[in-house]
Amino acid sequence: MSIVETKTEARPKPGRALPFAKAVGRFLVAAVTTYLGLLAVTFFIGRVVPIDPVLAILGDRAPAHVVERVRREMGFDLPLYQQFYIYLKGILAGDFGTSVLTTNPVMVDIKRVFPATIELATLGTIIGSVIGVPLGVLAAVKRGSFADQIVRVIGLIGYSVPIFWLSLISLVIFYAKLRWVAFPGRIDIVFEYSFTPVTGFYLLDSAMQGQWDVFYDVFRHIILPASLLGYFSLAYISRMTRSFMLNELSQEYVVAARAKGLSETRVIWGHALRNAAVPLVTVIALSYAGLLEGSVLTETVFSWPGIGLYITNSLQNADMNAVLGGTIVIGTVFIGINLLSDLLYRTLDPRTRTR
Amino acid sequence: MMMTRLNRSFRALSAGAALSILMLAAPAAFAETPKDTLVEGFAIDDIITMDPGEAFELSTAEMTSNTYSLLVRLDMADTSKVKGDLAESWTVSDDGLTYTFKLKPGMKFASGNPITAEDVAWSFERAVKLDKSPAFIITQFGITGDNVTEKAKATDENTFTFTVDKPYAPSFVLNCLTATVASVVDKKLVLDHVKPVTPSADYKYDNDFGNEWLKTGYAGSGAFKLREWRANEVVVLERNDNYYGEKAKLARVIYRFMKESSAQRLALEAGDIDIARNLEPGDLDAVAKNADLASESAPKGTVYFISLNSKNENLKKPEVQEAFKYLVDYDAIGATLIKGIGEIHQTFLPKGQLGALDENPYKFDVAKAKELLAKAGLKDGFSVTIDVRNTQPVTGIAESIQQSVAQAGIKMEIIPGDGKQTLTKFRARTHDIYIGQWGSDYFDPNSNADTFTSNPDNSDAGTVKTLAWRNTFEAPELDKEAKAALLERDNDKRAAMYQDIQKKYLANSPFVFIFQQTEVAGYRKGVSNFKLGPSFDTNYVGMIGKE
Repeated sequence: MSIVETKTEARPKPGRALPFAKAVGRFLVAAVTTYLGLLAVTFFIGRVVPIDPVLAILGDRAPAHVVERVRREMGFDLPLYQQFYIYLKGILAGDFGTSVLTTNPVMVDIKRVFPATIELATLGTIIGSVIGVPLGVLAAVKRGSFADQIVRVIGLIGYSVPIFWLSLISLVIFYAKLRWVAFPGRIDIVFEYSFTPVTGFYLLDSAMQGQWDVFYDVFRHIILPASLLGYFSLAYISRMTRSFMLNELSQEYVVAARAKGLSETRVIWGHALRNAAVPLVTVIALSYAGLLEGSVLTETVFSWPGIGLYITNSLQNADMNAVLGGTIVIGTVFIGINLLSDLLYRTLDPRTRTR
Repeated sequence: MMMTRLNRSFRALSAGAALSILMLAAPAAFAETPKDTLVEGFAIDDIITMDPGEAFELSTAEMTSNTYSLLVRLDMADTSKVKGDLAESWTVSDDGLTYTFKLKPGMKFASGNPITAEDVAWSFERAVKLDKSPAFIITQFGITGDNVTEKAKATDENTFTFTVDKPYAPSFVLNCLTATVASVVDKKLVLDHVKPVTPSADYKYDNDFGNEWLKTGYAGSGAFKLREWRANEVVVLERNDNYYGEKAKLARVIYRFMKESSAQRLALEAGDIDIARNLEPGDLDAVAKNADLASESAPKGTVYFISLNSKNENLKKPEVQEAFKYLVDYDAIGATLIKGIGEIHQTFLPKGQLGALDENPYKFDVAKAKELLAKAGLKDGFSVTIDVRNTQPVTGIAESIQQSVAQAGIKMEIIPGDGKQTLTKFRARTHDIYIGQWGSDYFDPNSNADTFTSNPDNSDAGTVKTLAWRNTFEAPELDKEAKAALLERDNDKRAAMYQDIQKKYLANSPFVFIFQQTEVAGYRKGVSNFKLGPSFDTNYVGMIGKE
């Protein structure tokens, strides 16, 4: 993706603010079509996968008559379009079906696994942007310097090293050797029954309940996977920040600002970064949304009970209700985050504000 | 301006330094699990239900056998025999049809309810009527939803009778009753949780026998109580103080879901788990070298094989089938790929079961194989495919076989796939060669003898998808012999019959058995009395202690 492309894509054309109602209507139509498409594609892919879903439910040992009975019970003997119709009807009634693997209603499962992923992704994104943006700015300001090269190498490594490998290596270093962090899972078993999560965000829950020893334990569990995810978003964010900043720094207003004697700090952080921030918001939002899908490999290595692991596991077992439910939730999050970054745009970029 | 910059970098630097000092100062104490709690790292993602009448997964077998009681259990001293669990004694009627069990007196469920013969009868009734995957282990004795209350009933508070339809070998009946599906549930407790169901053609009863509740609930009387199961997270067992046998040493056993072998090893080395259950050969080596750790292993009732589908004209030829048995480099596979996790085994009954045959006559012999291929008119070899699921050790074994068959001119193409995907294809018998494993459904030779020899309807429409059917293989003579062994009431004679079947099977079948699985686990030296059993439902945790 070149810088120019991102920029033109990222900035809505000024002066074309739609009347509110029309905008909402348009958004709804787009959202509904997106959802339908998403569901249809996932559903049909899930059904043409060469895995017998009954096999996933019953295992290899079930006698023939049980297999046939379950096939009927689950409606797998009906034509595909009919199965899809039945599924859609269920969703409209708020019934996302039951997961075969966990036997819970899909939404109950997702309520349990999604907060784990959100917590991890949020912390990861915070780490990624708090470090990535300044690094990108630094690299742009000192273009071609040693610092710039370093930032680029950091970015390159983040881009190209497999996260699975890096996760294990960092576990060996920070967990096994240095013992700075805790592992596995989200919380030590000592606290398993003295701590009751309310929201599912353990950091938040433990802080709200004033259980600081739990908070510390949760922090020690989350910091390594979050840093790793942070590192990967950092790689992307710093690279994009560098590009946006380079672009801004070559603009005439920067020359003007310098000419009127503003300090370099103000020129860079106050003027150039402010302008670069507009497309940057999209970049950060997209990388956040990417992390929210759940990083399957990170979750596997760290035994993190998140949505990535949940959906992958379900997919491998042809547990379609769970896969579809997860897809809907992630789709919603994507659409939501896109909308949110659009809104942020309006506050950051005066030209897109309606008068 | 220079100053501001300096200041800025100085601030950043000092903040960074402060942070690292903080990290270093963080309690670097050695991680340790609580003294009264055993923590196991275990890939428990196969668990889909905790209802003993429904569960048929390997990890669940371990949970069920530690939390529920049975009438009889395998005798760990000699696994070809059983001993009483709830049952104090039992007798078999002269016609071999009626089994009468006397229960030990004064036993209680974890809930405090007394254990009566009525609970036993109802447990059989619900398993049969629910008719889930493992129900056939009971219904194969001619028990149906219509006659179960007559065939499995309490004659008084402490006496339970079980009536079968043929004079089977008593060892067969008793072995089947050690399966987890025959676990005794607390009738009174479960009845509080039944859900009404609208009867249909497929399910004639008006309630679910507590199935939905028991998926995550618990109503047993084992050494441990099931406190909680959260899918892909944790299973928590707690000591059952009402247990009638020797009380568990530890207050709690926690199984943490951990998928990765290397991650399990790290946690084991660090002391965050006491036992690592899914270690691969590389990590096992590391455990062996670590002075704080030890390992435990036991052969399991699972055999690995490659099977040749007779739908393929080449693979149908007996000479070709035998040639394949000479084209596996058993020694190399045993020394590397399955080192520590299996041992070479060429017959279908796993070691430990009645009638097991410890004979491995085949050796890697290309010349012999070429001779056989020439006899089959295929001296220039042929091309064939093998479906392989993308996990170890099967991928490695398939690659090894690919190389060794190439020496005899056979071009074998590997088709990799996800586990469920290759299995779906195998069950539809559209493969040429399949590499797979089979674990006995219950701890009796009939389980394997039946699936490897019986094939009542070899047409594509056949519904009894035994392993013989899946490879389009018929062996009516052996099938007859296996059925006869089922009715042989003399244990030694019965064992000899299975040995005879296996010898004939070795010489003439499309199955090339490679090895029997060994289950291994690494554990910290502080853990005492940790033993793995011969099957997945005999991995008992009750006697495990910690220092």
